[in-house]
Amino acid sequence: MNLAIRDVSYHRGRFILTSVGLGLLVGVVMSMGGIYRGLVADALSFSRAARADLWIVQQDTNGPFAAVSRIPEDIRYRIAAVPGVLEAAPLSFQTIQIDRRGKPFRFFLVGYDLGSFGGPPEIIAGRPIRRKRYELVAGEGMKLALGERLRLGLHDYTVVGITGKIVSSGGDPAAYVSLPDAQDIQFKSDNDAIRNERRRQAAGRGGAGVPSTHIVNAVVARLAPGADPGEVAARIGRWNHFRAITDEEQGRIITKGMIEKARMQLGLFRVILVVISGVIISLIIYTSTLDKIRTIATLKLIGSPSSLIVGMILQQSLMMGFIAYGIGWTMLLLTYEKFPRRIILEAFDLQVLFAIIMAICVLASFAGIRKALKVEPAEALGG
Amino acid sequence: MFAVEVEKLTKIYGRGDTAVRAIEGATLRVKPGELVAILGPSGSGKTTLLTAVGLINEPTHGKVIIDGVTVADEGWKPGLDLRKIRREKLGFIFQAHNLIPFLTALENVMIALQINGAPQAAAEERATELLRALNLGHRLGNYPSALSGGERQRVAIARALANRPKVILADEPTAALDTENGRNVMALLKTLAVENHSAILVVTHDRRMVEGFDRIFEVHDGRIAGGV
Ligand SMILES: Nc1ncnc2c1ncn2[C@@H]1O[C@H](COP(=O)(O)OP(=O)(O)O)[C@@H](O)[C@H]1O
Ligand SMILES: [Mg+2]
Repeated sequence: MNLAIRDVSYHRGRFILTSVGLGLLVGVVMSMGGIYRGLVADALSFSRAARADLWIVQQDTNGPFAAVSRIPEDIRYRIAAVPGVLEAAPLSFQTIQIDRRGKPFRFFLVGYDLGSFGGPPEIIAGRPIRRKRYELVAGEGMKLALGERLRLGLHDYTVVGITGKIVSSGGDPAAYVSLPDAQDIQFKSDNDAIRNERRRQAAGRGGAGVPSTHIVNAVVARLAPGADPGEVAARIGRWNHFRAITDEEQGRIITKGMIEKARMQLGLFRVILVVISGVIISLIIYTSTLDKIRTIATLKLIGSPSSLIVGMILQQSLMMGFIAYGIGWTMLLLTYEKFPRRIILEAFDLQVLFAIIMAICVLASFAGIRKALKVEPAEALGG
Repeated sequence: MFAVEVEKLTKIYGRGDTAVRAIEGATLRVKPGELVAILGPSGSGKTTLLTAVGLINEPTHGKVIIDGVTVADEGWKPGLDLRKIRREKLGFIFQAHNLIPFLTALENVMIALQINGAPQAAAEERATELLRALNLGHRLGNYPSALSGGERQRVAIARALANRPKVILADEPTAALDTENGRNVMALLKTLAVENHSAILVVTHDRRMVEGFDRIFEVHDGRIAGGV
């Protein structure tokens, strides 16, 4: 016969209610961990999708995601010629917000060279972009239909394909167009702007000739098998005009720089909630021990060893934590698809949280155990 | 040999001006199979005497010998496992509320056996047998809250008997019962003393409850007046 289980099942209403409450707290702690993992995965999803070994960006910048970077498109040829580089491709990025059906519609537009890499990593519906102009592959998250047309800058773009859930480091869904289209959208925003530009030039105030639109934000490179990314990056860096960032470094720039604050905020909330859970468990175990003073005194009187009494309290605390964890986990499994942000539950995070909760249950039972050990068997007497 | 021997037992609560001499120089001996009463008004020191014999209240002076083992001689004998002696040699019955509320009648008896090392099945068998003998065969699965006062007291008696103790200590076992149930409990204790060959010490303030007892010690202001 297990005293902890017998007590809990006798007071099951109270026990279940408390466990559900704790379970909700644990679920929130869990979801915050999942949100952080989702944040990291989202932030990295675009840079990962490009499958680049090196990111060549404007000198002295942490581009193209964490800082603005602008470099001429044609340096791709110089990069491709660097020893160790297999191929190089230009990429342009811009965040676009348009009005669609009366609502702001925000996405991250990528321009890539159709003959190179850096385009959509997969096509889950429709087809890839085939014609150089006015075709668009939309990210799944944009919820656009195949064949739908979107007005961007001066032209309508037709959705020809859908790619997976790729988002920018800011969380906006990504869409792909050809590089010339992307440059058009970026630099020739509308006819008025072009006319103004021509007028300025005609009046002799416009500077030297037509401004170049052959600008990209980064050139990505893939390396030959066996080439060391660090070495090749150093080689490119020696030109002094550009900075080459390895994919690993890029990942660090994105996670450490851009989402560090979010991580700290979520981390702080988690610590606070875990502490609150601990205090609650501790209070509940303590009060349930107070309720059992007479029982504990009787057990001592009839000669039960302290280990039996300590075990009863400790087991109840652990049971509470265990059930709360189960409830939190179940709750999250049932709802995480519906969260507005991506939640990624990693086995490691779940195991660590489980260990932390169990440790807290042990700590939380100390107050109750201390009280129980001080109970005198004589307290079982009297009316 | 005696089951219980108490020699010149004195218990003083507190010290200095507020010291209370609850029991003063009490001496008594109880043989196995004897049913004795400790009778006295409230506050006379009966519970103090019983709990000193029950190893839950350390005597200030004097000796307590249980089943030939000296457990107290000017305070507890060092090196003794009092809980072990309690669970092996002593059985306790109190006024009320001494059953564990979240255990059924059967489990309340089983726990005493299991604490003493009995395996689950054996404990269940013995507990069932005891409760049946006490006319509680139909109440095995009930929680104490669903039992009457008399039934609860019989469960407590079954628990006290579970490990076949040498000595059973009962503190006002009839106080929470009506006269009829009280008399039944006392009659039951008398049978048990004979059948189990246990020494039974019953504390009560109710003179009407002690007829048929082998001996009666009267306590007044901490002093034992006599073994009739
Ligand atoms: N723990 C204690 N601390 C101080 N005084 C006590 C304590 N227990 C009992 N007493 C005192 O000792 C005397 C005897 O008490 P008790 O043995 O409980 O008497 P009875 O059981 O006959 O009513 C009383 O005056 C009581 O107030
Ligand atoms: Mg008393």
